[in-house]
Amino acid sequence: MISINIEKKIKTYQGQRILKVSGEFKSESITKIHGPSGAGKSTFLKVIAGFIQPEQGNITVNNNAWLDTVSKISLSPQKRMAGFVFQDYALFPNMTVKEHLEYATADNEWIKHLLEIGKLETLTTHKPQYLSGGQQQRLAILRALATKPQVLLMDEPFSALDPENKLALITELKLIFQELKTTVFIVSHNPQELDGIAADGAILSELYINN
Amino acid sequence: MDFNPIWLTLKLACITTLLLLVIGLPVAWWLSKGRSFFKIIIEAIVTMPLVLPPSVLGFYLLLAFSPQHGAGKWLQQTFNIQFVFSFQGLVLASVIYSMPFMLGPIKSALQQLPVSLSQASYSLGKSRWQTFIRVLLPNIKPSLLTAAVLTFAHTLGEFGVVLMIGGNIPNVTRVASIAVYDAVEQMDYHAANVYSFILFAITFVLVTGVFIFNKYQLKSPLE
Repeated sequence: MISINIEKKIKTYQGQRILKVSGEFKSESITKIHGPSGAGKSTFLKVIAGFIQPEQGNITVNNNAWLDTVSKISLSPQKRMAGFVFQDYALFPNMTVKEHLEYATADNEWIKHLLEIGKLETLTTHKPQYLSGGQQQRLAILRALATKPQVLLMDEPFSALDPENKLALITELKLIFQELKTTVFIVSHNPQELDGIAADGAILSELYINN
Repeated sequence: MDFNPIWLTLKLACITTLLLLVIGLPVAWWLSKGRSFFKIIIEAIVTMPLVLPPSVLGFYLLLAFSPQHGAGKWLQQTFNIQFVFSFQGLVLASVIYSMPFMLGPIKSALQQLPVSLSQASYSLGKSRWQTFIRVLLPNIKPSLLTAAVLTFAHTLGEFGVVLMIGGNIPNVTRVASIAVYDAVEQMDYHAANVYSFILFAITFVLVTGVFIFNKYQLKSPLE
């Protein structure tokens, strides 16, 4: 079970406002987060990962306190090790596909498995600049999964994928999420694109963040 | 023809560049992250050699490290180190004088890297140091080279500051730029010409090399 209750001041074109999100999310559930641009969806994911500190709140993941502003607890991003798929992918330009995964994990079997899922087995020696947008996005997802995270935070993770690749990847990802017992948060502008995830009874919830 | 000033200059430039790489990388990294009043003051201080007359910097170093009083006296008595009119003094002055040339390109390159690169590395459990060595540093290589070459070339061309703190002692502090001045003073235009041409040629090759390297780096890899 993941319990989140946070308040964070965010700056928008309309001035400063407060992002307030609270909720309980079951382990191994998938939550799709949607809402208008500038509502704070990405900020919310970054607060969970520990990149941004909220003014107030607490985050508890499977009975471990990741954040508690009252007790002044805030685990570093390195200790939270939440898998994070960035909107801009944040791939390392100096590393090849395989090096990205080797940087994250020493488990070669797992790396091989991930490469198969992402259909990147033939591109292991390529650096991100030689990959297409869709391949880069898949690598970003694989890298986030390489550490077998308890919590996976994905910011617009399927935006560059064609429908066929998207469906195939989502099917594989669902299996991985079940295998790893990962709790997933997915920010998406297009909530319908995630319908496939809910199709066979995965626990799916929605979180709407508005202004 | 005495080529010692050339060797001395190259030795000074090599030592200065290496020292500044060691000092400059962590300082530039620290400066690139966030803004505080303290950081602004430190940044202003390390940038001042860019605009301050070299003779002013040399004069203050001369005062600070004079063996007659203050820090200079203490260093002389405690460690038997003398910075005034010595090669060590030239190294110290060069490190201070060329610091902005090392810090500037590295700092701005680090600032231009998306913050998500560091965040991605942290979320994989990597420390700040691992992130710096494995992710940030390899992705600022062209700027690192530019910074090192500019520092080297700038040290080759120092005059005012080294003259103030080092004087003109053959084989100890007479670097090539001072040898040029000295030769002209003595109407030895041939020597002045040779020293000047060597400095000119080295600087030209270095700067051109950096431009070629950076052009190659910036070119699309698919071309």
